[in-house]
Amino acid sequence: MSATQEPVKSGAAGAAVFAGSDSRRYNYYDPKGRKATHYEDMTVDVQPDPKRYLLQDWIISFADGTPTYYEGWTQLKSSDWHKYRAVDQEWERTHYQRQSTIVGMLKNVIENGRRSGAPARFDKAWVKVLQDHLGAYKHAEFGLGTSTMQAQRYGYTQMINNAILTNSSYKLRFAQDLTLYLGEIALDIEGFDLDSGKTHWLEDPIWQGTRKSIETIMGATDYLEQYFATNVIFEPLIGELFRSGFVMQMAAAQNDFISPAIVSAAEGDYERNLANTVELFSMLVQDQQHGEKNRQILVNWAQTHGALAVEAANQLQPIWSQPRVKVAQFADAFDQAKNRLRAIAAEIGFDVRPIIGG
Amino acid sequence: MPDGLTLNKIVAQRGISIGEATRRVADLGWTPSYVQEAMTFPTDYKIKKSPRDPMKQVLRSYFPMQEEKDNRVYGALDAALRGDMFRNVEPRWVEWMKLFLAIIPFPEISAARSMAMVGRLAPGEELRTGFAMQMVDEFRHSTIQMNLKKWYMENYIDPAGFDITEAAFGRCYATTIGRQFAEGFVTGDAITSANVYLTVVAETAFTNTLFVAMPSEAARNGDYALPTVFLSVQSDESRHIGNGHSLLMSLINDPDNHQLLERDLKYAFWQNHAIVDAAVGTIVEYGTTNRDKNKESYAELWHRWIYEDYYRTYMLPLEKYGIKIHHDDVGAAWDRMVKKNYVHLTAQFFSVGWPVNFWRIEAQTEKDFEWFEHKYPGWYAEFGDYWKWYAKLSTPGEKAILFNGDVGYSYPHRCWSCMVPCLIREDFCCDEVDGQIYTYCSEICRWTHKTAFAAEYEGRPTPAMGRFSGRREWETCYDGWDVADAIKDLGFVRSDGETLMPQPHLIFDDKKMWKLEHLRGDKLGSPLQAFRKLTPEAREAAVAEYRKGFKINPIH
Ligand SMILES: [Fe+2]
Ligand SMILES: [Fe+2]
Ligand SMILES: [Zn+2]
Repeated sequence: MSATQEPVKSGAAGAAVFAGSDSRRYNYYDPKGRKATHYEDMTVDVQPDPKRYLLQDWIISFADGTPTYYEGWTQLKSSDWHKYRAVDQEWERTHYQRQSTIVGMLKNVIENGRRSGAPARFDKAWVKVLQDHLGAYKHAEFGLGTSTMQAQRYGYTQMINNAILTNSSYKLRFAQDLTLYLGEIALDIEGFDLDSGKTHWLEDPIWQGTRKSIETIMGATDYLEQYFATNVIFEPLIGELFRSGFVMQMAAAQNDFISPAIVSAAEGDYERNLANTVELFSMLVQDQQHGEKNRQILVNWAQTHGALAVEAANQLQPIWSQPRVKVAQFADAFDQAKNRLRAIAAEIGFDVRPIIGG
Repeated sequence: MPDGLTLNKIVAQRGISIGEATRRVADLGWTPSYVQEAMTFPTDYKIKKSPRDPMKQVLRSYFPMQEEKDNRVYGALDAALRGDMFRNVEPRWVEWMKLFLAIIPFPEISAARSMAMVGRLAPGEELRTGFAMQMVDEFRHSTIQMNLKKWYMENYIDPAGFDITEAAFGRCYATTIGRQFAEGFVTGDAITSANVYLTVVAETAFTNTLFVAMPSEAARNGDYALPTVFLSVQSDESRHIGNGHSLLMSLINDPDNHQLLERDLKYAFWQNHAIVDAAVGTIVEYGTTNRDKNKESYAELWHRWIYEDYYRTYMLPLEKYGIKIHHDDVGAAWDRMVKKNYVHLTAQFFSVGWPVNFWRIEAQTEKDFEWFEHKYPGWYAEFGDYWKWYAKLSTPGEKAILFNGDVGYSYPHRCWSCMVPCLIREDFCCDEVDGQIYTYCSEICRWTHKTAFAAEYEGRPTPAMGRFSGRREWETCYDGWDVADAIKDLGFVRSDGETLMPQPHLIFDDKKMWKLEHLRGDKLGSPLQAFRKLTPEAREAAVAEYRKGFKINPIH
């Protein structure tokens, strides 16, 4: 600075040099990689923790003394919950961009398909499959959406809760995608019964195992059990089984080029949700202090929810014989689902042989 | 193209109506029969299954609409940089954003979390869908605000204070107030917190002051970024207000809920007033350099938004359901704003405490005095000398105002309920709860702690109600500490390890900036701990003395 000391007039970075004038990064947390990512800056430490910076501790509690956020809301334990980062690095802007792109894509597919008269050319037997079973399945997706909406209240860090929140947003969107899709093709297909899906969801024996699986996840009181059962158990054994192993494989042969496009969006969502989930549970299984205990808990959860899901999957089997052109076999699809579960479990680091065999 | 066909005719295609779409979407839910959803977040209210649908929107239109809003925000931030906004921005203003933006992302995300609580209680899936959208909205608000703060840090002349933001949020005595706000959304009785405190009061009444008054003042100080972000945030609020009103309507017809609703409206209104008006009032009135006498003062804005819009058109109509509205509380809050100098006393307190802040506060000057006197007659007699003292004592080497006996300021007690200090001396009170003595800024704050946040209310068991907990008096944490050690422990020291992050001026020059050594030697103390040590008689005398207040000494 010059000796004459003009007071600084500008409020812009670099207008003066003084202690701290170059401190232009959030410096209160350790980035996971070499450099902090934008996602980390938007997310880390927004939910405080008495073990970090929360000097005065939580200042309101529930009647029984449980504080605003509580590690005991899951059986799993971590020596440092704050290490977790969502693999998809989602913050608001990326979330809206992605969701908006998906709904735009789906809207186009449906509009163009309808404009070319595609729904009217769907095979008759297939139409009934869409009406009854895709119509039933949308409720399963909604159930996962509401249970993750519940779960996002309980996590011990902002990173965990936001990953569960975006998971919920994806599931709820997809449940609505299916609802609107069916509502729109119904306009073009005479006699299409939009109420049939819910009736099948509530009453058809084919769907009762799935509904029981979903209600068990919705009713779980451990938020990480909900997150685990959703993405590690239900999604591969039932979700992907039905979406990829049935709809996406069968549809084309029934003259339906639209449904696979709709359903593929959910597969893309799941890849992200799964990556986030695997990252969290593998961190917990690898925890120096609590890893072994955590692994045991995951095995227990996998047994509970796995048994329900296997039973549910077997109940779905008759659906594979309902389309007129049978291009996929339940047995193959279910084998693939089991392989998928084995791969996920191996990555997290727990054993699924007791549930689905080696 | 065949004759008679237009592009419009080709493109136009029958779709499902929005009414039909929302009805179908609402039909996604069902009543579980194999396993019941656990009522994990309890409430003492009874909720009737009488849904009213507040909104007709599906996610298919929601996401693109929100993405478009985002595009406008981020476009405006880029434009602000191209237009060299920071060259002309008022540092007095941006400094206060270090405090404000440290606080606000946590209340926002807490609102998202609270949607889990009301989502489970929602009578009907249409309302649950509304809560789901609000959840994603609040995720938007929290992270878009973190982004704005980072942007200030990268572009404003003095990034110190922005750089430690979430750490500062956990530690600062002023951000405690914001934590009380946020925890109030998510802890305790689910309806009390997530419906009444958050939506029926905070969002419906006070977001106007937060997200509209603040942006207007920002613009007057050359900050075009804050308005862009916060008006975009505010544009989501009408949806939230609708959600909250629907839920309120589903419980208000049951007379069994009235007692609790009256309790919660009273608590929520008073505490929102105490917290939001302290913080936002101070920032809007003292963080600005604009002294246009034609603009509305914070008190005038309050009258328009809280008194006219909220009290008269939202709260009063609730009386027709048989709810007793506490008119006198609204009057008492108004009196605190205009007769009892609530905002001015808060600004005085924040500035006295500058050494333990993490942002700069410069002195108010003659130009400011004139405006204050114009808008708040009598202001000068009360606060003129104080701010002159503040200016005089802003040079390193002077005895800091917090410890300077010449000034005549007397450090206040803290209110156990709202966490704002007990600044209106004549309203100070104390009481015993579960065998321990506590201090309060006002009778209603005393009632809030002792009567509202308890296991029973007027003889009725309230097992779901929350409790106040933690080290609520900030000063307890540093009782007996040398202030320099406390500042180090807080982390409010710049990267050279000596210069303070807070400064009582806006001079960006090392030679004029305070360092730890300038403060060492004075001790912080806890008024509450000292108060508790008094005998009952001495305590009574101390209360009487406190209520008399203090007088700032004339400055020569
Ligand atoms: Fe918000
Ligand atoms: Fe909101
Ligand atoms: Zn108070």
